Amino acid sequence: MRNKFADTLYKCAVEDSNIAIVVADISPAGSMENFRQEFPHRFLNVGVAEQSMIGICAGMSLRGLQPFAYTIATFTLYRPFEFVRDDLCYQNLPVTIVGVGGGVVYSTLGGTHHCQEDVAIASAIPNMSVIAPCDPEEAEAATKYCAVQKNGPIYLRLGKAGEPSLTANADTPWEFGKIRYLQKGNDVCILSYGIIMKKSLEVAQALEKLGKSVSLVSVHTVKPLDISGIEVALSSHSEVVVIEEHAPSGGLSHRVKEVAWDMQASCKLHTFTLQDRFLHNYGNHDDLLAAHGLSVDKIVDGIK
Amino acid sequence: MSAKNNNNFDFKAARQRCMKFRRRILDISQTVVALHIAPAFSCLEVVDLIYHGLMRENSSAHKDAFLMSKGHGCMAQYVVLEELGVLSNDDLSKYCTPEGILGAHPDYETPGIEAATGSLGHGLSMAVGMSYAEKIKGADSAIYTVLSDGEVQEGSTWEAVLMAATFSTTNLVAFVDYNDFQSLGRTSETHPTFYPLTDKFIAFGWESVEVNGHNAEEVFAAVQQRKGDRPLMVICKTIKGRGVSYMESVPIWHYRAPNQEEYEQAINELKEISS
Repeated sequence: MRNKFADTLYKCAVEDSNIAIVVADISPAGSMENFRQEFPHRFLNVGVAEQSMIGICAGMSLRGLQPFAYTIATFTLYRPFEFVRDDLCYQNLPVTIVGVGGGVVYSTLGGTHHCQEDVAIASAIPNMSVIAPCDPEEAEAATKYCAVQKNGPIYLRLGKAGEPSLTANADTPWEFGKIRYLQKGNDVCILSYGIIMKKSLEVAQALEKLGKSVSLVSVHTVKPLDISGIEVALSSHSEVVVIEEHAPSGGLSHRVKEVAWDMQASCKLHTFTLQDRFLHNYGNHDDLLAAHGLSVDKIVDGIK
Repeated sequence: MSAKNNNNFDFKAARQRCMKFRRRILDISQTVVALHIAPAFSCLEVVDLIYHGLMRENSSAHKDAFLMSKGHGCMAQYVVLEELGVLSNDDLSKYCTPEGILGAHPDYETPGIEAATGSLGHGLSMAVGMSYAEKIKGADSAIYTVLSDGEVQEGSTWEAVLMAATFSTTNLVAFVDYNDFQSLGRTSETHPTFYPLTDKFIAFGWESVEVNGHNAEEVFAAVQQRKGDRPLMVICKTIKGRGVSYMESVPIWHYRAPNQEEYEQAINELKEISS
């Protein structure tokens, strides 16, 4: 996903001389080396200095550039939080802050590198939008959008590497602020976002084996949420399931419950999230998700 | 920054303007519960010089800017912007009222204000970003900013200090309003090993000199005589509350409005200041 981001941003930078990237000692691979060599003045490495990464992006934006800030998710949002809030959100500047490894993707690096509250934190700030693509193709579309939009700041939550393509059969192209059905069914609707979509697809397939007809939806834009799209999902399925790689508070689960309450939805609603605690586990991404209770079997058991 | 600044800068006129500005700020102090008088009085000569002596008219080649990093000093900026016609008399008269647009810190999208400050330690990074953007766009713009000395304690300030030198923002000129006061006392007493400040900035790759911040000639000369091959940090030795005897270096005047009697005494004391 990060390589696709780099490839896309490089292409955008070829077209638009205002595109710049400010990284904090972490750089995506892929075409970023081309970016760096062809546009050395538009590739800045501040080093391990995330506050100035955000402040410098704000200043660049104030002078007409379209900058992206890029580092590991915890360091792009938590460390310089007040700079994100004041410099970018308060001033409503069209700067994209890219968080690599949202959720527990950095599964061997420990709790300091787990980013399990970022959607709630970013969503809480006025003017901020939150996008979490589920596969490389969505990452490409989202990056293209971030490169041209002038509405305000965006938190772009990426995975890391090796994510499979999941959206080839989606019913609609990627569009900011609109949910999209990766497959359509009649009984159960799974709402999910980000790289846990791979597991959500496995859950859908397991439910299909049990005879259910399942919709799978990418809620790639978590803020602003596609309220009317969620309403349709809630009203057209007898069971709705939210699967998210995020803390139980302030993420998609809470938002969908709000929408369900407001519309007096009659469907069953199940939510599966990371736990409200820090884990001291290590292993691969699946191991960490399982430690949080997010395995296919447990989710399917919870729905049955 | 190749273009010359205003070589015809009239220092006598500047002193008269600053006396008028102090009177204006004192007048406003009688209409609100509290305001930052002393932090504005310490940087008034520097802010006036930036607008009248350093910043150039916008052109296709450059768009100079001033960013008040020590946002609580914004009264100094407001009165200059009023005098320049960027803000109106009405704007300042409605300072901190529901009908007005001006608050106790500079707000983004207010006429003449480049960025929202008030939280310390933000301005220099934004100024570095602005300077860098101008540089890579091939513009000849100069970016000016004023920091407080307390603000120099922020870690983010030092990140920005390092970045300015790293990215060679030679079009950046920053000033520290070194009035030696922060909320709980003298900065030189709370952080005695922090001084002299010039050495710290020079060590980080800046050009840095210390001058009397109430003497516009000295401040102007420091900028005019700079080498220009690196960012410049001018340490402006100032007196907090300069111009009103009972306010000078007395912490309570950081954020207090004088009563009627105090106001009249202050007005009577006003004179041209050159040091």
